[in-house]
Amino acid sequence: MTSAATAQEDRSAAIAAAAASIPQGERFVDFDGVWLAYDPTLLARGEFAVEDISLSTRPGEFIAIVGPSGCGKSTFMKLATGLKMPSRGNIRIGGQAVTGPLKIVGMAFQAPTLLPWRTTLDNVLLPLEIVEPYRSQFRAKREEFAERARRLLRTVGLQGYEDKFPWQLSGGMQQRASICRALIHEPRMLLLDEPFGALDAFTREELWNVLRDLWSEQRFNVILVTHDLREAVYLADTVYVMSKRPGRLVERRQIDLPRPRDLEITYTPQFTDIVHELRARIGAIRKT
Amino acid sequence: MNSSATLKFAPLILLVAIIALWQAICTFFNVSEFIFPSPVQIVYALFDLWGAIMGHAWRTFWTTMVGFGISIAVGVVLGFIIGSSRFAYAAMYPLMTAFNALPKAAFVPILVVWFGIGIGPAILTAFLISFFPIMVNIATGLATLEPELEDVLRVLGARRLDVLIKVGLPRTMPYFFASLKVAITLAFVGTTVSEMSASNEGIGYLLISAGSAMKMPLAFAGLLVVAVMAMAMYEFFSYIERHTTAWAHRGQGGQ
Repeated sequence: MTSAATAQEDRSAAIAAAAASIPQGERFVDFDGVWLAYDPTLLARGEFAVEDISLSTRPGEFIAIVGPSGCGKSTFMKLATGLKMPSRGNIRIGGQAVTGPLKIVGMAFQAPTLLPWRTTLDNVLLPLEIVEPYRSQFRAKREEFAERARRLLRTVGLQGYEDKFPWQLSGGMQQRASICRALIHEPRMLLLDEPFGALDAFTREELWNVLRDLWSEQRFNVILVTHDLREAVYLADTVYVMSKRPGRLVERRQIDLPRPRDLEITYTPQFTDIVHELRARIGAIRKT
Repeated sequence: MNSSATLKFAPLILLVAIIALWQAICTFFNVSEFIFPSPVQIVYALFDLWGAIMGHAWRTFWTTMVGFGISIAVGVVLGFIIGSSRFAYAAMYPLMTAFNALPKAAFVPILVVWFGIGIGPAILTAFLISFFPIMVNIATGLATLEPELEDVLRVLGARRLDVLIKVGLPRTMPYFFASLKVAITLAFVGTTVSEMSASNEGIGYLLISAGSAMKMPLAFAGLLVVAVMAMAMYEFFSYIERHTTAWAHRGQGGQ
């Protein structure tokens, strides 16, 4: 027990050291000893949703966070977007201390949450009606924005579906539209919370490539929360493993597979080894 | 005849069958019209006193519509307040439920004291009985917003009002129109009940006077007229619902 605890301490220290190894000025996401309890009562009792999270990413890095369900991955998302303030510790995104909701972020979830009374195009345009500086220009530049949305929809293979309603699209198409909505205001960071969790295996792999292509083209920062290890290893530069509640980062795995990656790579021994290794880590967490 | 056409005509066929059975029973057993008038006798009574019945019907109709109008206004406003604030929800919902449990007919004597015999009590009874479903539906539509969607918008810097207008309002429309269908029929109940004890005009008054004069065919004719009015208004709002919020009814009508 004590040796296991010590081993864990070592790993946490290693992750923190990896976070610190990126020079201050080059960090995009920077969590420094972040703890979150959801309300004062839980804080007083010392019940945290996430504990002592330290991680840093380089600009344009694609990171994935994996872990058993209910481990605080979604809490991590809320912290990274500024929807929740940490109880302890500091979060800096893009060099700025986080003090409230971050407009440089786009989000997509497992449920596409498209508005059923809007066409695909209008759904994608929604963020531009809300976020500044687009909001004040929306009326004047509607055509220009619509053209941008159409272009984005084309890149994810939704040309011809711009004027369809969400319920006329398949689940995979809705999720593509949802990702377009997250990207339309050209955010510097994309947060994805199990975005492909509800899709069938083939559609999921198709969308991995859609995301891969969007990312290699635009190089935004990505935080992908998932429980699909293959997905995490295929897409990310760095995979973090989170323990069950209270969520702690227990493993940091750099994925050195060459880019551009193709689905073929998921059948190579090199790839499956990494997946196995991470799987073993999570298996160990689930047992404790 | 295909199955969708059969479905469409099914209620009509059932209605005709019921009327035929009713007429048959009255004729064969020679039921007195003072006890239970046959459909033919009701129709006679209807045309016999067509002008008078239409006068009462018109009175009931516009009284109901005024009460219903007030209940839309009040129901929407209260629904918005309750649905968009958790505090207001916690504070008002139990009280509203208690109020809704009161029999609205019991208010009529009180309303008579305040407003006298006539349209006042009828309008207010129609309002009291019909605003609740509107309020509840609006509140439900607003309160059941997906938290993820709210996060997406809040991260973009959306204000509460933005979320309300862009998402809450359109999302509530199907609930709103569905509640109108229920509320309009209730409003007719309210008006009629009030007219029965607190009016000298309207279908409710007609029913009471026909009953006390043992003119049963006339009483049934009055019922028929209310039924037709309530049904017509129900269909009217149903039509509006289908044509404004079709997105919420896919798969039910084959959009």
